[in-house]
Amino acid sequence: MRSAALSLRQRLMLQLLVIAAVLAVLLYLTVRTVAGRAAEATQDGILGAATIAIAEQLRGSEAGVSVDIPYSAFSILGSISEDRIFYRIDVAGQTLTGYDDLPLPPKPPQGQAPVYYTSDYKQAEVRISAVSRPVLVANRVEPVLVMVGQTRLGQAAIAAQVAKVAAGLGIGFFAIALVLSLVSARSVLRPIDLLAAAVGRRGPRDLRSVEHPTPKELRPLVVSLNGFIARLRAALSRTETFIAEAAHHIRTPLATVRTQTEIALRQSEDEATRRTLRAVIRAVEESSRSAGQLLDHATVIYRAERLADEALDLAGVVRGVTEALRPTAELKDIALRLDAPGPVPVRGDRMLLESAVRNLLDNAVKYSPDDSEIGIAVRAEGARATLRVQDRGRGLGGKAKADLAERFHRGGNVADVVGSGLGLTIVEEVATAHGGSFDLSDREGGGTCALFTLPLR
Amino acid sequence: MRAVHAALALIAALMLGTAARAFDMEEDHVFPAATAQVAQLSILSTTDTAVFGPLIAAYQARHPGVAVRYTVASSQQIYLAVTAAAAPGYDVVISSAMDLQMKLANDGYARAHALPPGVALPGWAQWQDRLFAFAQEPVVVLLSRAALKGLALPHTRRDLIALLRDDPDRFRGRVGTYDVRASGTGYLFATQEARQSDSFWRLAEVMGTLAPRLYTSSADMIADLKSGALVLATNVIGSYAAPQFPPGSDGQIVELQDLTLTLLRTAFIPRTAQRPDLGGGFIDFLLGPEGYRLILASGLPPIGGAAFSDAPHLRPIRLDPGLLVYLDRLKRQNFLEEWTAALVRH
Ligand SMILES: Nc1ncnc2c1ncn2[C@@H]1O[C@H](COP(=O)(O)OP(=O)(O)OP(=O)(O)O)[C@@H](O)[C@H]1O
Ligand SMILES: [Mg+2]
Repeated sequence: MRSAALSLRQRLMLQLLVIAAVLAVLLYLTVRTVAGRAAEATQDGILGAATIAIAEQLRGSEAGVSVDIPYSAFSILGSISEDRIFYRIDVAGQTLTGYDDLPLPPKPPQGQAPVYYTSDYKQAEVRISAVSRPVLVANRVEPVLVMVGQTRLGQAAIAAQVAKVAAGLGIGFFAIALVLSLVSARSVLRPIDLLAAAVGRRGPRDLRSVEHPTPKELRPLVVSLNGFIARLRAALSRTETFIAEAAHHIRTPLATVRTQTEIALRQSEDEATRRTLRAVIRAVEESSRSAGQLLDHATVIYRAERLADEALDLAGVVRGVTEALRPTAELKDIALRLDAPGPVPVRGDRMLLESAVRNLLDNAVKYSPDDSEIGIAVRAEGARATLRVQDRGRGLGGKAKADLAERFHRGGNVADVVGSGLGLTIVEEVATAHGGSFDLSDREGGGTCALFTLPLR
Repeated sequence: MRAVHAALALIAALMLGTAARAFDMEEDHVFPAATAQVAQLSILSTTDTAVFGPLIAAYQARHPGVAVRYTVASSQQIYLAVTAAAAPGYDVVISSAMDLQMKLANDGYARAHALPPGVALPGWAQWQDRLFAFAQEPVVVLLSRAALKGLALPHTRRDLIALLRDDPDRFRGRVGTYDVRASGTGYLFATQEARQSDSFWRLAEVMGTLAPRLYTSSADMIADLKSGALVLATNVIGSYAAPQFPPGSDGQIVELQDLTLTLLRTAFIPRTAQRPDLGGGFIDFLLGPEGYRLILASGLPPIGGAAFSDAPHLRPIRLDPGLLVYLDRLKRQNFLEEWTAALVRH
């Protein structure tokens, strides 16, 4: 797609304006031509009436033709415009009176109606009307031709006036069309804008199909969009099922292997066999741990995409996880001291938060010596909810949190502690997905301090 | 009879479109430039030098380097001169014969001239941008108070007809009017009056029974009324009569209430002008505020629409191509025949 492509609105406006401009010009030309013709027809009509008025005064007698030109014939022409007037009356080809060089009609007029023609005369363009009338002269019928001509100043003035009005009309038409095209471009594009806004407004977890009312033309787009959404939804739920099933299908056989190996260990007397069996148990433990952490991590990645947005009490979440871990800690005679004076309201995904807290406590317990104490504090501090986990363990050994939180990265101080290197990755991702933060630092007087924060609700 | 000659020449010119001979001037006067002469403005006019002198002097006061040649001729001579190009070089043509002026402008002998923005001339006082009126003069009836002794002053044509009918002996041989066969101005007045007034022909008939004296100029009628040769003169140019008959004198000027024609004195720049710029400048001057004052002072009423709304009987002769109609050969012939039958009895 070219970035310089015109927007739909620009395209629409441009086309409407081009059409409006063409129509405005057409309107201008039409008004001019029609009004010009009408003006010419009117002028011709008056000229013709004057000609006929003169022709009606033709009288034949023994002596010849006489004519008494009515004063009004010329006076009326003169009162309409200040045009120059010429006339000529011919009897059988001989000029009886008037301007004997006034041009004759291109072909002699037939019938009662005048013929009109334009000719150059006395340095001006002259419109002439001519009628022919038979007059009885000494028992003979003589054809008499009456011509009245008029310069076209009046008509030119009307034409100029009409042109001005027509131009005004054209410009006005264009201006109105401009406003209307703006309005219509907006109204045509409105459904698209509304649809775009409706889709854009959706939360990241909103995978409902788009039900927004759309015009017919956008229906195919919406239908394919909904198709995509449906496929995405299906893929996501397949992934969820797969993760849950995979966790189940890996852990269950491993647990069986472990149980069987422990039974075998108890029954075996041979030291070499016992060593081997212990190694098997440890490998199984590591595999089980790895599988669990991998699946937890996948769950975090999957759920972080469409985070549940429940109202939670962080203190409650931490208390639950602490109680669950207490038996493990007691195996090492480690005391878990929970300091949570009141509820700490946050929003978030319970499952993910539990996972993060579990990993933090798990690390503290794992990397602490027997008979030590772990402090767990949950507080609301300013706009943030904080969780501090402090142990008296072996410390970070100079490693930075950024490195330790990398996937599959384990510290150099882990010794024989079982682990996969995914725990802090999970913590970090949960913090980020919730708009919170995570940090790990050496504790004064030995040990580690983990700080996990979330925005307060 | 020089006038009759000229009329015949005019008829010939209207028919054939050519002039038989060079034109006759009545006066030809050059007003020299006040300083070294840089240009000459030539004016061909029907108006007496005496009337126009002050206007020309004022014009020259503004343009000291311009000499002015002022030639007076009859309206017919002017028409012949312009159409035959027998008097080339004139920059302004001034005439009271509206019909002939109109015909000259209509036939393309006049040059277009745009009036300066300050000069506003009513539509009825100009035709296109070629013919400009600068004075409007009522056409009046002159009566001798002494001869009228004991009779009521007529106010309409009907009154006048009654007056002449009731006392024919008092008027016989002592009524005057234009000889329309010889005078272009007289012909214009008579045709316009015949067109606009129902009483014209009846008045003509009545006057015809009184052995009217026929004239070719208003000045001659005024002179004869003053001398007592006439007791009544019709169709006299009012602006000529007014200075001759101040209030209290014997002559009574009457504007007939049923209809009093108003003549427009017009000017144009001929196509053959040598200095059309000077001609245009002179017309602008005539129509400008200074010209207005001077025209008023010279006794010619300057152009103003107020005169017509104040006096509804005054009607300007319309400056439009209708004026061409009575110049038509057949129309003129018919009119003169009828007029002669009514007025000239043998
Ligand atoms: N409380 C702690 N005290 C000392 N070292 C720690 C502590 N917590 C984490 N570490 C160091 O950080 C490393 C990474 O921890 P992480 O929890 O990611 O992995 P793990 O504990 O080795 O394996 P698992 O994925 O099974 O938890 C550890 O290997 C250890 O070296
Ligand atoms: Mg760990």
